[in-house]
Amino acid sequence: MSAASEYRRREESITMSSEPVGMGETHELLTLNIGPHHPATHGVLRLIATLEGEVVRDIKPIIGYVHTGIEKTAEQKSYWKAIPVVERMDYLSYYFNAMAYCGAVETLLGIEVPPRAQYLRVIHLELNRIMSHLVWLGTSALDLGAMSMFWYCFRERETILDLFEMSSGQRMHTRYFQVGGVIEDIPAGFARNVQKFIDEMPSRADQYADLLEKNEILLSRLRDTCVLDEQTLLGWGVTGPLLRAAGNPWDLRKAAPYSSYDHFEFKVPVGTVGDNYDRFRVRHAELYESTKIIQQALDGLPEGPHIVEDRKVALPPRHELATSMESLIHHFKLVTEGFRVPEGECYYPIESPRGELGCFVRADGSAKPARVHMRDPSFVNLQATAPMVKDAYIADLIATLAMIDPVLGGVDR
Amino acid sequence: MPDQTGLEALAQQLSEALSGSVLSTSHANGRAEIQIVPDQNVAVLAWLREQGYSFLASLHGVDYYPHEPRLGVIYELLDMKNVDRVSVKARVSTEQPSIPSVLALWPGADFPEREVYDMFGVRFDGHPDLRRILMPEDYEGHPQRRDFPVGGEPVLFTHNETDGYGADR
Repeated sequence: MSAASEYRRREESITMSSEPVGMGETHELLTLNIGPHHPATHGVLRLIATLEGEVVRDIKPIIGYVHTGIEKTAEQKSYWKAIPVVERMDYLSYYFNAMAYCGAVETLLGIEVPPRAQYLRVIHLELNRIMSHLVWLGTSALDLGAMSMFWYCFRERETILDLFEMSSGQRMHTRYFQVGGVIEDIPAGFARNVQKFIDEMPSRADQYADLLEKNEILLSRLRDTCVLDEQTLLGWGVTGPLLRAAGNPWDLRKAAPYSSYDHFEFKVPVGTVGDNYDRFRVRHAELYESTKIIQQALDGLPEGPHIVEDRKVALPPRHELATSMESLIHHFKLVTEGFRVPEGECYYPIESPRGELGCFVRADGSAKPARVHMRDPSFVNLQATAPMVKDAYIADLIATLAMIDPVLGGVDR
Repeated sequence: MPDQTGLEALAQQLSEALSGSVLSTSHANGRAEIQIVPDQNVAVLAWLREQGYSFLASLHGVDYYPHEPRLGVIYELLDMKNVDRVSVKARVSTEQPSIPSVLALWPGADFPEREVYDMFGVRFDGHPDLRRILMPEDYEGHPQRRDFPVGGEPVLFTHNETDGYGADR
């Protein structure tokens, strides 16, 4: 018998039936407000929990506290100037936001992204995935009482942010991805630093496992808690590591490869039970797989341009402006008006650290998008909190919320 | 995504199963889209779900201003087994912005439907809890509509707290 179920056995006096025992003189349901400013909600999320003793009977997430109208703002900007605002939706996976948006605009324009740019994108996307998972792991472990994990995870995260700073000049919201490719080629020494990082990362992930996987408290709190089966998850629209933890190996990088993901060999970690422990293990295993992808992309990085040669879409190189009148005109047109995109609609889904991130863009023929919508996985996955934590302990609610890994910037947009 | 002929065949089967439900099809930009009569959305989506498009990947709204009917509700369906996507679009007018809710098919349509209601003012009939989700409860208007102006959102600071919230709105 696992430690968790042993704990449940000792608590048998508390009924786990779905029917509340009522509002009589001895029993009463308690409505508890959690958040919006609570460290365990991983952002500005408010939960209204209905409790019977320690058991959660119902939960209602209330969102919108960090709604900034990014989708509306993007409609006021020309296509390439909308990238920075779109990046700021899910603030832990900015490369993914930019990738989904740029991918949608490129599809509408009918642009083929050069191979080198696709590989550079993959390197940055996977670094971003590791970074996002590290923040998740550190903060989740913190919620479960393992404080030191936070420092270890953020140490590695700092290394990744330094790499982002090296390639783009920014640590967060880098605006590195550009419609048609990436804004600049990687600088000298970047490949060496990435290599150094991915050499080190697997052993760091081993260390995390050593710290957490033999930790009695963590195991008790994660194993067999808040299980939700695959079919229910699909009904709630859940994707990403949460769905894979329930045994469904759906991963868009494998199923519908974009940006040359079909060139790389990697495994898709899946769980068997679908409890919080599997959710933890799947994300932890993805750290290794992302490292493998980066290694392959780095080794096979093709030569060539880092952005399309089409001057109607991509800015001309700086040095051309001094010598070529045509380049100057193109530069002026791009910076003032931007490029026009032919009428049409596009939905571009990618696999973000949290699931399917789909960007819908409607073009009306002008230089500004007529509609930008992000199907953010956090927003959809958050709905599954209620069915997951129903009839579980309130302590499991905190653990489950940590394992769902919602990023409220993405939820509220 | 089904190819052009695949989409036509699917639309043909759909209109045979549910006569008069299909308005048009379009196949462009890596996207196969079937436009349907809004009232029949539940039947159409249930039929497509039977055909394997069983996962509601996304539900979002669009404003086609100045074209009529102005508002669009788009369902992006996914067939995980065959890795195939199809989009279903229903257009409603701003005078009669209502469409049946698909919550009975996918409980996960809850938040997205509330978001479309919040942003575009489309009412989803049969949704048990159709409230604003991202904007404040007392907010007026539906901000993602194309004729909704940007800017000028009043913010309460200490220097203007006597003015009251939204005094100059």
